[in-house]
Amino acid sequence: MKISESDVRYVAELAHLELTEEEVRRFTEELSAVLAYMDKLNELDTEGVEPMAQVLFEAEETATLREDVERETLGSETALANAPLAGAGYFKVPRVIER
Amino acid sequence: MEIARLDIDRIQEDLRRRRLSATELVTEALRFAERENPKTNAYLHFCPERALAAAARVDERLARGEDPGPLAGVPVAVKDVILTRGVRTTCGSRLLAHYIPPYDATAVTRLEAAGAAILGKTNCDEFAMGSSNENSAFGVVRNPVDPERVPGGSSGGSAAAVAQGTAVAALGSDTGGSIRQPASFCGVVGVTPTYGRVSRYGLTAFASSLDHIGPLARNVRDAARLLQAIAGRDPMDATSAFAPVPDYLAAMDGKLDGVRIGLPKEYFRDLASETGRLVEAGVRLLERLGCRLEQISLPTTDYAVACYYIICTAEASSNLARYDGVRYTWRAPNADTLADMYRQTRGQGFGAECKRRIMLGTYVLSAGYYDSYYLKAQKVRTLIARDFEEAFRRVDAIVTPVSPFPAFKLGEKINDPLEMYLSDIFTITGDLAGIPCMSVPCGRTAQGLPVGMQILTRHFDEPGMFRIAEAFERAGGFAGN
Repeated sequence: MKISESDVRYVAELAHLELTEEEVRRFTEELSAVLAYMDKLNELDTEGVEPMAQVLFEAEETATLREDVERETLGSETALANAPLAGAGYFKVPRVIER
Repeated sequence: MEIARLDIDRIQEDLRRRRLSATELVTEALRFAERENPKTNAYLHFCPERALAAAARVDERLARGEDPGPLAGVPVAVKDVILTRGVRTTCGSRLLAHYIPPYDATAVTRLEAAGAAILGKTNCDEFAMGSSNENSAFGVVRNPVDPERVPGGSSGGSAAAVAQGTAVAALGSDTGGSIRQPASFCGVVGVTPTYGRVSRYGLTAFASSLDHIGPLARNVRDAARLLQAIAGRDPMDATSAFAPVPDYLAAMDGKLDGVRIGLPKEYFRDLASETGRLVEAGVRLLERLGCRLEQISLPTTDYAVACYYIICTAEASSNLARYDGVRYTWRAPNADTLADMYRQTRGQGFGAECKRRIMLGTYVLSAGYYDSYYLKAQKVRTLIARDFEEAFRRVDAIVTPVSPFPAFKLGEKINDPLEMYLSDIFTITGDLAGIPCMSVPCGRTAQGLPVGMQILTRHFDEPGMFRIAEAFERAGGFAGN
């Protein structure tokens, strides 16, 4: 699969990634090469094959629910300790809604 | 005391016979590690207070006549994608240069509960994405065997520390070979347990259907001792397995008579190299130890790299979405709008390989491509897992090389991402199938570069894997201490 610079810009927008012009050029080339390689999967017939979303193995039946006991949570002060900007118990971000 | 050569058995004996205290041992280990670290850059930072506190707890227990734990006083290193409460955890990323986790990973809690002393956090490729450790925002790691060469990746710092002797053992993480490949490059043992065997609570997520935590050590017994301490169900990780954890050391009875070993032809056919010859010599040693060899085929192998890099990048693009400048320490300074803050933080914060994988992953998940890439790859993953299931009907274990070549030179492959991805061919299949697999040293090239041999077994058959690895290591004289 060959992709264009505008494909790269579109995907970067979806991924919220700001790319430099040089990065756009480089990724266009590199991603085209990697995706071309990935097209090799089309050689395989996967008709009727179930997709594997997780590792499955034989296991005995287990009680998967833990007991419902009260536990301490982190608390908002701890949770906010790594925030670039926090205040009044919240994460702060640039203004989203104009008054 | 030769700190760089100690093994866990020896430490336990010395502590219990009061030949030394845990505090003496850990003090000396820290001094040695801090002095030697500039040669490799294996550690990103040390946590001496935490290590000495752990040592003091061991000494107190010994003084009271209590059992200090199976890893009492053992100086260990922890890969910097695994959270340590109050101790900086960077994931090798500029984005998290100042991140101080508010909690410990379960594997860390369990190591310390067993008496281990965590000396510090080890370097790695950014968010564990890479095969050479050259993608760290905090500098490359040099291979202790040859400083001009890479230690492998992404757990390059953990492998280098163990090989260098600045840690007795270490924790790494493995998504597509990130424990086994650096272990093979540095000449140490590296274990990727069954998917779900070790809790990932507190492991920074890269590709959640493939991520594992596992040990690196200088011999098989030490690696098994670490796994013994960290394995088992954890209510904090819903994907952790309920299966009881067997006694791994007890399984190492040296009896390999009649063990059926499968040699997949797809893994050996292009190996007219020193690596191939060393692994083949390893296979012959297994035969002399009583194993029965059988040629097998894992026919979907040729598609594994494509399958893996679709699934892992798709999951990574989703997992890395959280680094958006809101919660995790760093935010681009000059953004006026929320959208610009996201874009600029991520654009300036992530290194080249992370961006490449986010782009790939977003592409394969995007409208119009989901079915042809992501869903297709998940179906191919089923075929790869089936290959192993079929094979394990006929054999007890599978033996292969770990990497097509030994440690390469710094800078040699960094400019060709596809070539770097292709070098993961022998390790990614085990992760895709979720089976236990490990690298055990099997010799050195004429240039003195270590080569690892991979052993893979059925889900939860770590005992069978360790039995083979330990007998092999002993017969070949491959233990690193």
